[in-house]
This record gives sequence, structure tokens and C-alpha cells, in this order.
Amino acid sequence: MSDDLPGSPATAPDGLTAPHAVYEACLERGVLAFQACARCSAAIFPPRGRCSQCGADALTWRASAGRATVYSTTVLTPRDRAAHAVVLVNLDEGYRMMSRIDDSEVAIDERVTVEIAQVDGRALPLFVRNGGDR
Amino acid sequence: MTDERALRGRVAIVGVAESDLGEVGPGVTALDLAEQASGRALDDAGLTIADVDAVFSHSAFYAMPTVTLAERLGVRPRYTDSTAIGGSSFLAHLRHAAAAIDAGLCEVALIAYGSNQRSAAGGLVPSAQNHIPSYETPFGARLPVSAYALAAARHMHQFGTTREHLAEVAVAARRWAQLNPAAFEQSDLTIDDVLGSRMVSSPLTVRDCCLVTDGGGAVVVTSADRARDLPRPPVFYLGGAEAHWHTSISQMDDLTMTAASETGARAFDLAGLRPTDVDVVELYDAFTINTLLFLEDLGFCAKGEAGDFVTGGAIAPGGRLPVNTNGGGLSYCHPGMYGIFTLIESTRQLRGEAGDRQVSDVHVALAHGNGGMLSSQVTVLLGDDSTL
Repeated sequence: MSDDLPGSPATAPDGLTAPHAVYEACLERGVLAFQACARCSAAIFPPRGRCSQCGADALTWRASAGRATVYSTTVLTPRDRAAHAVVLVNLDEGYRMMSRIDDSEVAIDERVTVEIAQVDGRALPLFVRNGGDR
Repeated sequence: MTDERALRGRVAIVGVAESDLGEVGPGVTALDLAEQASGRALDDAGLTIADVDAVFSHSAFYAMPTVTLAERLGVRPRYTDSTAIGGSSFLAHLRHAAAAIDAGLCEVALIAYGSNQRSAAGGLVPSAQNHIPSYETPFGARLPVSAYALAAARHMHQFGTTREHLAEVAVAARRWAQLNPAAFEQSDLTIDDVLGSRMVSSPLTVRDCCLVTDGGGAVVVTSADRARDLPRPPVFYLGGAEAHWHTSISQMDDLTMTAASETGARAFDLAGLRPTDVDVVELYDAFTINTLLFLEDLGFCAKGEAGDFVTGGAIAPGGRLPVNTNGGGLSYCHPGMYGIFTLIESTRQLRGEAGDRQVSDVHVALAHGNGGMLSSQVTVLLGDDSTL
């Protein structure tokens, strides 16, 4: 197992092998998990069974540092709650995910950091602004 | 056949029709509309259900769409295809029908669609419920509009595209709709109206988003040889291409570049044509950003320049390029999956039967379908007999 894979090593909670179940269990423990391919080193998200870059059956669980750059953002203003931004963020480890930032001022290219929160009884990886840094 | 180019001109659209459109009211089902459009398209083609031996359909309202529709119509097909790739499905069906007819697997293909989403639900009825986890829905996005909003925001950031550029697309669509008696929205619309309307998911306002209507459509396809014996002028299939690169918007590599960049290039290559050869362009405009992205990706202008390309009414009636001459999904009709209407309008323009909105001297039409979150893309080139 190569140590130069993106992120840091992460262990699947005991007994779990199904990709989504591992991801959710890691989140509940406060870890933003993703997968990396031991053959081609690609960072892979969302979770799956085999590498979608090279096809190898060689995915291994990794922990993200949760630092990212905003790739795009859209602001929604629901009637029943405050305005929020739905964002696509590029994680430093080399993958992209959707998330939410409860600050509609967030802009493309801004640096943001994950903050795992309990929402409706489940752990969700939300992000917060790093004070407007680029 | 070893080269797809051999399909060029081998099949033709011989009948097209819409069902009743707009708001059909309570009691009329999606299947009723698909049936109605099918019957009218067969009448237009001078054919009957006895001639149909292939059925192509997709629906958000009933499972096994071709099986359901064929029973209703009284058709027992020997070729059946419910390819479900969202709003572009019906353009994919045309390419599949072309290959199947040319291979002798069937002779007369009916492609049909119906939706009563406005009367039944008042909003978009999605095609299927996913029973797998989503890595997007927990974050409060309003899908699909937020996906297109993210693409628009990125295009603005990267290329300096403005909300005024997006509004130009909505205004051009409305001006075409005002020439189409079947269009749902006929009232005047200005750039300022679009800019001042309710924001749904920034930077897209309600006027950057397509209509929510009822409606159905159908297209009848057969071999070029048989088409020449039928009453309507044949509209020949010159080439088509399908591609999809992602399903979730978070997995789209570059939000400013869709798979239409692949399908456009392939379809033009198969047809032996270039964008400058196209006389009318019918694009899947579920949102104003779609039109900008597809004009770029299909090669009508360079990447990043569509905002300037559409400015000053350039794609409106009398502009430099006629785009969405029926008024599009933005102002004419959008029952949830708009693709079949790009084929219907292309056919009418090529036949010269588009009334007040008829573009002069039309020989080549491009129809482009989109599905999901800028996901599936299908491009089809059609032509009259001068293109063979």
C-alpha cells in the first residue's frame, strides 16, 4: 500500500464493507472519508466498489483534511429558513463534492473548511468560510 | 454496416404532431396525451397503427412506457425501446430507430411522449424515484434548477457572462413564441422583466427557467424509400450522436463544457456538415444557460463567447441565427421532457409549414436534446432532399 496516496489512512468501521455504509459510519465518527486507488492514486468520490479512473479493484479508504476551494455556488432563499449557499467544492485531496454553506456571501475561489454537523439526526459534511481567504 | 456514415439519408421523419398543449385540465392523463399525439402523427404521415412495427417512448408517469403505450394504441411491435436518459431520450430514440430500420429490424417506428405534469402536479414530475443514496439532495439544493444555476455561476465567473446575457435568451424565446399560436406564453417580455423577476437559485430567476406545462408529441420514422411514397415531404436523418459523462452535477468535470461538445462534433462529422450549414437550431432550453452552453459546445461560437453571440436579439426573429423558433421550453411548452419538440419543430421548419415563424430557405436543421443535470446530450442533424 503506497503512502503517497491523497489524504491520510482511514479504517472502515468493523464489519462494514458496503461503500456508502462505510462513508456514513466515518461521518458519524467525525471523519470525512473518500477513497483512493492503490493502483492509479486517483481520489474517488462518491464511494463505490472499484476505481472509476482505471477500473482496478484497489480502492482504499482515506480521510480528508476537509480543506477545499469553492468551484461554484448558488444561493437559495427558502420561505421557511434563512438563505443558504449550495456549493460545489474541490477538496485539496483532488475530488469534488456538493455541500452547503450557511452564508450566502461565499464566492467562487474562496477557501472553505468542512464542519460535520448533525442535521435531522444524521451527520452531514457542511462547510464554513475561512474568513474570505482566496 | 461498418461505418455509421452509411446511415446518412437512409431514413426519414414522415409524420409529426403535438397533442393538446398547455393546461389540459383534470381527467386527461399523460397516456391520453401520448396516444393523441401518436394518432395525429400517424395521420400526418398517411399511415395507421397497422403500419407501426416499432415503438419508442419514455415517461415519468408510467412504467414500461413502450409496453403501456403499445397496448393503448393497439400496436404489437417487433422492436421496442424505452431508453430513459431524461429529456434527450426521444432524440436517442430517433438514432436507435434509424439503425434498426436500416438493419431491417423494423420498418415504421413511432416515437411518442405525453405528460400532464402541470394539471396533475403543478411542477416537474421526475422520471423515477432513486432508491440509492444521494450525495446531493441532503444539502438543500433545488434540483434540477440549482444544478443549472451552478453551471451558470461558473460560466459567469470564468467568461464574464452576465445575467443580461442569460436574459437575452429568455427574451428571444418569447419573441419566437409570439409568432407561434401553440405557445403557452405570449405576453411581452423585456430584459428588465427577466432581471427583476423572482430569484429561484441564483443567478437564475423564474424567467430563466422553463415553463411547467402539459403536452405530448410524436414522430413517425421509416426508410427513405418508403418515405418517398408518403404524402408529406420526407425529412431525412443525416446524422446523430449520443453521450453522457455524469449524472450528478457534482461529478461534471467542467461545468462550462457539456457532452454536447462530443455529440455535436460527431453528428456534424457523420452528416458531412458544419455549423455554418445549419439554417435553424432547436436546442433543449430548460434554462437560459442551456442555450449559451449548447451554442458554444455545438460549435456555433467559441467557448465563453455565447453571451456576446446572443446579444442584441441575435437569436430572436430577424437575428443572425434562428434558435428555438417555436419559443422553446422557456415560452412554448415544457412538459418535463422537452426533447421530442426539437424534432417536431425541425421537421416543420424543413417542410416549410411553420406559419408566421417560418424561416426562409431552410434545408438543414439541428435538434439537440439534454437530460438530467446537463447529463445526457444527443444531437441530430436533419435535412430536406437537397441535402442528399
